[in-house]
Formats: sequence, structure tokens, C-alpha cells
Amino acid sequence: MPSFVMPTSRKGDGDPAPAAPAIAATGLHKAYGEKTVLDGIDLRIPAGSVFALLGPNGAGKTTTVQILSTLIAADGGRAEVAGHDIDSAPDAVRAAIGVTGQFAALDDLLTAEENLLLMADLLRLGKREGRARARELLTRFGIADVARKRAATFSGGMRRRLDLAMTLVGDPRVIFLDEPTTGLDPRSRRTMWETVRELVAGGTTVFLTTQYLEEADQLADRIAVLDGGRIVAEGTADELKARIPGSHVRLRFTDPEEYERAAGVFSGAARDEENLALRVAGDGGLDALRALLDRLDASGIRADGFSVHTPDLDDVFLTLTGHGTAGTAADTPLHVKETLR
Amino acid sequence: MSSTLGYAVQDSMTMLRRNLKHAIRYPAVGLGSALTPILMLLLFVYAFGDSIGAGMGGDRDAYLEYLTPGILIMGVASGSMSTSVAVCSDMTEGIINRFRTMNITRSSFMTGHVLGSVLGTMVCLVLVVGFALALGFRSSASPLQWLAAAGLLTAIAFAVTWLSVPLGMISQTVESASNKPLLVQFLPFLGSAFVPAGSMSPGLSWFAENQPFTPMTETLRGLLTGSEIGADGWISLAWCAGITLIGYLWSRSLFRTTTKR
Repeated sequence: MPSFVMPTSRKGDGDPAPAAPAIAATGLHKAYGEKTVLDGIDLRIPAGSVFALLGPNGAGKTTTVQILSTLIAADGGRAEVAGHDIDSAPDAVRAAIGVTGQFAALDDLLTAEENLLLMADLLRLGKREGRARARELLTRFGIADVARKRAATFSGGMRRRLDLAMTLVGDPRVIFLDEPTTGLDPRSRRTMWETVRELVAGGTTVFLTTQYLEEADQLADRIAVLDGGRIVAEGTADELKARIPGSHVRLRFTDPEEYERAAGVFSGAARDEENLALRVAGDGGLDALRALLDRLDASGIRADGFSVHTPDLDDVFLTLTGHGTAGTAADTPLHVKETLR
Repeated sequence: MSSTLGYAVQDSMTMLRRNLKHAIRYPAVGLGSALTPILMLLLFVYAFGDSIGAGMGGDRDAYLEYLTPGILIMGVASGSMSTSVAVCSDMTEGIINRFRTMNITRSSFMTGHVLGSVLGTMVCLVLVVGFALALGFRSSASPLQWLAAAGLLTAIAFAVTWLSVPLGMISQTVESASNKPLLVQFLPFLGSAFVPAGSMSPGLSWFAENQPFTPMTETLRGLLTGSEIGADGWISLAWCAGITLIGYLWSRSLFRTTTKR
């Protein structure tokens, strides 16, 4: 019997990936005059994963994408994309990447098909291969029926799809998506998510920026929270959520007397007089819940109902980035939103 | 690398095809550039031709002969506006960022625009020449001189177009891009295109005699109507080379550094 070797998990739980990263950056810095846009960004993104750069408007997301995709030069720091240095080998980087910016970068005066063929020509694919690739992408992105219509007549969702299709003509190894779903309706957003998942399944590395927490949660293997030009947190969605010690159990009562008795038992709990509810801190795990219920039983208290609250990425985001003011992340007061589920 | 030049040509041809597609699909833009010189020709021949002709010691037909080379020079200059507009609209519509993140020859975006514009300008000039011939313009030029005239006009078109590319790049909006080349278009008026430079007031006359369009106009006039060319031929070519170089270097540095959203 051959011995089995357990495959190591690719989606790292903090383990450094052994393979060369698709994107590696250290100390990226960029300033426009007095204004510092990026203040030392470090990134290490394993090949074949989805990385989300999450942050509010003006955090520096687009600037990061522009630097990594060789559109602008950084003032300081180094970065390698697909194994090539962005400063010394920008053409090699360009040959390996595809970029879909925040605004659809297509030729409005050309048809959808002509736009794709333009890309094929610029990638020097050759006539036959270019046509085949264009056809395939038109079908895949559901725009085959409007292939001969001018891009100018397209809706926002269709423009984004054509834009992404153009990015994919060259089958890039690393794809940058700068806020790919901003301004899209929910259905187009789902389609975009599906596309990203398919890409990653095919081994492509995706670097996306977003201001939607749900999007990062849905798509990304790892998330970095960018605020004021600094990465204030990085990890998986679960790791980030675990950083907020805001899990709690909420106990509701109908009888004020029961409520008071319970408040006596759980002296550390936060009181919500108006709703006759107690907020008991805890990680929401099974053992903690059992202990809590046992204590209720032992005291003979009847609670009307209870619910478990775990912080979502919104909480993480607000906690880490503060409330618009540029304070250090560590000093910002803990914010836990009450979510009704 | 020997393939570098091959790629440069291939990419430029791809970009040229794109621009020609635009031009054929929207001919109004290109033909508009021919309309201005044709209207000017009509205006100056029929409205002012008699008196200007008389002032220069001839008649309307003599003035048509004097004017036509100047109108052709003006036609080249007015073709530059569409270049600036097309470049600017590419810059503002985001497709430029796509090109800049692709592994293509960096200058091909500009060369594609320039080649497309020069071809468009030459088509317009053929129309203008046809119009002038219909109005009664007769040239003394031999086929060789016609060829030289065409060569000179092409060189001027390249120079003016290369200068229009960076003018389009520095423009924030298409509107301002269409205004900037106005200066270039206006310049032939302050030269010998319409009246002899020597007939202007002293200060202006000095400017008119030394600005680039005057030797160009005089050379073309010499080739088409047999007037004295002298040193103007070489001066014109030197101006063309200089302006082309400035336009090329300027747009190349802008292409590298400018990002717009």
C-alpha cells in the first residue's frame, strides 16, 4: 500500500503558501504632492486565489491597482506581479495581467465583436484564433446576440461584461478587478461573482477591490482592509470576524421580574431595559451556550427567547477603519452592530 | 531584438485599422475637415477675390491661382483638429488605460492615430484640389512637381498631426481638445496663405515671414504655380522635421505618465 500524503490546504489558515506568490509587494508608497495616498503597503497573494482589497472611497484601492498594473509608478517600495518586477520588467508584467478598471475601457464606436477582435489583434493572436476566442467570449458572457451592435448602445451591466471579456481575450494569469460591481444591479452582480469563481477555478489569480463587504466575504480567500493608505487588517473573512470580540447572546424576557432576576445572575451583562433584554458576552460557541443555558436552568429563570450574535464584516470594517476620522485603528472604540437575523 | 520593429509595425497597423474603422463609420468628422478649406476657398475667391486680386495687381483668376496653395496648407492645419479630439476622447474614455496595461508597442497608439489622420487629411486635400480645379485653378506643375507637392503636403500633415496628439492628450475634455488646434489652424492667416506677407504691417510682417507656414506655403506655391522657391523648400522640410520630433517626443512622454479617469 502506498502511503497517503495529506494534501496541504491551499486556502491558507495563516500558513505561508510554499509556491511563488502571484503578487508580492513590500512597502508600496505613493503621494500626490502633500497628500499621501499609500503609506507602506505589503501584500503576498498566492497564485490561484482571490484577494480582496476592501476599503472606503479614497482609501487608496485604485491607486494600488494602478501601481500593480504598471499604470503609475510608486514613489517607494517594490512589487512583483506574476514573478516580474513592476519597475524593471513592466512589459513582462503587462503580458501576464488583465485589468478591468472602475470605468469600462472599451471602444464605444466599435461593435462588441470588433472590440474583442481589437484585443486579439493587439495580443497578436492571429486571425483564426482571434475570431474563435471572440466568439467563445461573446457566448460565455451572454452578449453573442448583440455582437454586432455598437458598445455605446449597451447597458451598464453589458458594458461591464464586454469589458471583462476584453480583459480575458489574452487568458491572463493575474486579473485586477477594480470595483467590478459598483453600480451594477443585483443580478449583474451575481453574474460577475459567478464569473470570478469560474476564473479562479481555472487557476487564475484575482485581485479585486471593493467597498462591499458582502462581495469580499463571498469571493475572497483573503481580505485586506485598506484605510487611509494603510492595511489595517488582513486575513480570511473568518479570521477578520474573529478579531472582533463582539459575539454575544441576547436573552429576551416578557416578565420584568424574571428579567431582574436574570440580571442578578448575569451581573456582567449589558441591560436593555426598554426591550427587557440582556446582552451576555460570549463567543457563541456550543459549549458557551450550554453553560449559559445551564446557569439559567439552575437559577430557575425562564427566558422568553434568545439569539446569538456574531459580528459580520460590517462590524469588522467599522471597527478597523473607525468612523471616518483618521485615528489609529487600535484606538478606535469597539463597535458592534445589533443585527437581527 | 529584431522582432521589436515587427511588433511596432503590427501594433501600429492594428491601431490604424481601428481609427480607419472610426473614420469610415463616422465620415462626418473627417469630411468636416475638408469643408472648412472649401468654404474659405469660395469665400475668398467670390467675395474678396476681385478686390484682393486687384490689390495684388491681377484679377479674380490670378488670385485663385495665388490662393489655392494657401488653402491647401490651411486644409492640412484644419485636419489636425480631428486628431486632437480623437486622441482626447480615447484618453478620457478609459480605453487608453487598457492599452497602457497591455504588452503592446507603446508608440503604436499614437502612430495609429497619426497615420489615420494623415490619410484622412490627404483624402480631404484631394477633394479641395478637385474643387479648386472646378473653380478654374490651373497649375503649371509637371507630374514630378505634383508628386513633390503631394510629398510636401504629407510631410506637413505628419508634422501638424504629431503636434495635435499631445495637444489632445493634455486636454481634459473633448471640447477643449477641439479648441487647442485652433491656434494652429489660424496660423496660415498670419502668413502668406491669403495675401503676401510683405503687405502686412511691419511687426506682423516680420512674424509672417518667419513663421513655419509661410515657407511651406511659398514652396507649395512654387511647385504648383511656378513662383520662386529659393531656400523655402529646405526651410519647410526643416520645420516639418522639427515639429514632428517635438510632437513625437512630447506625446511619448505624456503617454507614459498621464492617467485620467
